[in-house]
Amino acid sequence: MKYVRQFFIILLVSLAGETLHCLTPAPIPASVYGLVLLFLCLEFKAIRVEAIAELSSFFLVLLPLTLVPLTVGLIDSLEVLQKVLVPALILGVLGTILTSLAAGGAAEWAVRRRERRGK
Amino acid sequence: MTTFWDAVATILRENGYLSLTLTVGGYLLALALQRRYKSTLFNPVLIALFLTLVGLKLFEIDYESYRRDAAPLTFLVTPTTICLAVPLYRQFELVRRNWLAVLSACVVGTLVNVLLVWLVARAFQLEYAEYMTFLSKSITMAIGVGITEEYGGYVAITCAIITIAGVTGNMCGSYFLKKSGILSPMAQGLAIGVCSHAFGTARALELGETEGAFSGLAIALTGVCTVLVAPAASLLPL
Repeated sequence: MKYVRQFFIILLVSLAGETLHCLTPAPIPASVYGLVLLFLCLEFKAIRVEAIAELSSFFLVLLPLTLVPLTVGLIDSLEVLQKVLVPALILGVLGTILTSLAAGGAAEWAVRRRERRGK
Repeated sequence: MTTFWDAVATILRENGYLSLTLTVGGYLLALALQRRYKSTLFNPVLIALFLTLVGLKLFEIDYESYRRDAAPLTFLVTPTTICLAVPLYRQFELVRRNWLAVLSACVVGTLVNVLLVWLVARAFQLEYAEYMTFLSKSITMAIGVGITEEYGGYVAITCAIITIAGVTGNMCGSYFLKKSGILSPMAQGLAIGVCSHAFGTARALELGETEGAFSGLAIALTGVCTVLVAPAASLLPL
């Protein structure tokens, strides 16, 4: 019963996220609404973290696996990329690494700045 | 004899469980390889993709049937992403104290992304629709598709480039970060989430709970930042 209840809670949040997604014009997906919603529920003690602990750990382990079918879909859509293949690869690979380094550099700077101030 | 094996192959091919079994089996094998060789080159998602493709070829399953049969896994993307709220909740004290790091990573990441896409679009003389399509490359697919549709881009290309960015971030995100002296778990998590959404976050979760929490947070914030910046980016001259 414990696991069924955990599954029910996560489905309920997914349902709420999907509903919000359909109700609002902004291109914010159900998963982002759901993530924020679940976080708020946990933070304001509407849901105790123990009430979803086991199943959420299991789902987080599954996360990479759920993405595999989407990457298989990529191979199917390779044709549409042909016309813009070179810029797509430059941006997808090099651009991703550069963006990551810029964001990481900014975050590292802010973390060290806070540590220096000893807060 | 051949007719017997042909019959077996047909039964397997028309079996809805084959696609799922191939995918989960491929991923399991990929995890075992990664554990054995402990190298970032043995990326589970990428190897699982490769093994699944080999399986599809072997059993002559077309992508259309694969997509239909693997739908239960795709259906789980939303509930599993939502569960990122749990590490975020557990690490929230750390997030609160490092709000500046969170904000600067997402804002800098979003702006650098726009700049890079604009530069490449100019260098390759891309059309406006292609430029707007590439703009969403770092963010989660559902937001990216929304932006692309709004500005008349090509949705199929958006999905492709988002996947390429995701696999890149998942594969070598942490390697380049460490080489560049970006060492704190918070900065690493943010950097991975900003550039490669849920795919990267899957890797960040392997690094640790702090990395996973910050990476998950970065998905949501970078997505929203990109939505906010897109109108201004659409006005840049090509």
